[in-house]
Amino acid sequence: MSHPTDIHAYLAELEDIPGTRVFTAARARQGYHLNQFAMSLMDADSRARFKADERAYLDEWAIPEEAKLAVMARDYNAMIDMGGNIYFLSKLFSTDGIAFAEAVSTMTDMSWPEYRQMMIDGGRSPEGLRSIREKR
Amino acid sequence: MARITAGVASSHVPLLGVAHDQGKERDDYFGPIFAGYDWTREWEKAQQPDVVILIYNDHASAFDMKIIPTFAIGCGERYKPADEGWGPRPVPDVIGHPDLAWHIAQSLILDEFDMTIINEMDVDHGLTVPLSMMFGKCEAWPTTVIPLAVNVVTYPPPSGNRCWALGEAIARAVASFPDDLNVQIWGTGGMSHQLQGPRAGLLNREWDNRFLDMLEADDDAVRHIPHIEYLRETGSEGIEMVMWLIMRGALGKSVKTLHRHYHIPCSNTAIGHLVLEPQT
Repeated sequence: MSHPTDIHAYLAELEDIPGTRVFTAARARQGYHLNQFAMSLMDADSRARFKADERAYLDEWAIPEEAKLAVMARDYNAMIDMGGNIYFLSKLFSTDGIAFAEAVSTMTDMSWPEYRQMMIDGGRSPEGLRSIREKR
Repeated sequence: MARITAGVASSHVPLLGVAHDQGKERDDYFGPIFAGYDWTREWEKAQQPDVVILIYNDHASAFDMKIIPTFAIGCGERYKPADEGWGPRPVPDVIGHPDLAWHIAQSLILDEFDMTIINEMDVDHGLTVPLSMMFGKCEAWPTTVIPLAVNVVTYPPPSGNRCWALGEAIARAVASFPDDLNVQIWGTGGMSHQLQGPRAGLLNREWDNRFLDMLEADDDAVRHIPHIEYLRETGSEGIEMVMWLIMRGALGKSVKTLHRHYHIPCSNTAIGHLVLEPQT
């Protein structure tokens, strides 16, 4: 390290990206139990138990009520707003048998076929989506 | 003496593993992606590395929120493919190289890189997809592997500068291992992609190619790219590219490019692939 990093400036910049929740320590703490719940679905028996009764399975975890509702609604933006991380949440859509890109598309304003076509056409341009503050 | 003979960079998108396992490598969608690895598969057959030091990140498979090591080196005998929610990939177990791995771990710690040592873990697509891309279908992987996992999920991940310096230290460690071993180092992940939120689907062909150019260059300017630039320009998951800097740092000042491939898209992601040879 050539010079010390100002942690406050570093963390402030992470919040300056449009449509993005960087998985900071604050989010990691907020979403701890939500992410650990998702992690538990890596096991076939747990997946079966979750599918049989989602509410009962979720009630075994110290997850806030609104996050439980977001899980049951498969509202991925809401889960991420509450500290969920996509790699953990991927265990949830894998349990549903939904492909990564399809699950990701539900967080955008596009349908899954529209999103897939956007990707084939070269993806979303960073133009105008780099910085909220600098509007670029 | 052990020596690092080449560096390989590659994306490790999980869908590539699915395409490979389901025999879709040559269909219209995946054909252009896999075609960019044909050269490398032939080259690897001739190279026959004894060991691959494979830099990757775990995607909430072996490591959950309980333990988040910044740099973790696998010193175990063997690693099983992880069940990531749809059952483990049908690929061979990964065989480690504990002698070299422990030597590297000790050397790195003495060199002031405070590594986490892992003896038992499962390995996810971050590690097994690059093996499939480079070696195709096989009964057993044709090389031993030293997994080196980097935290690029929970912020802050290590800086690009620190990753480059770790690569330099790995090169010193390998050079002091007495056995005659042909060692490759692979950096995986990337390139541009964002898997979350309304900005999901972001790709940046121009920036990615500039990054590839910088890896091929004779200077180390690429190590100084700050996290925020990866985030703004390449999406929230583009930060995985700092792992490529560990590979590049291990190769020394100058490299020769043997192969380069770039393709958009694979699922949500831009595919990048480089094969580099250190120049002495």
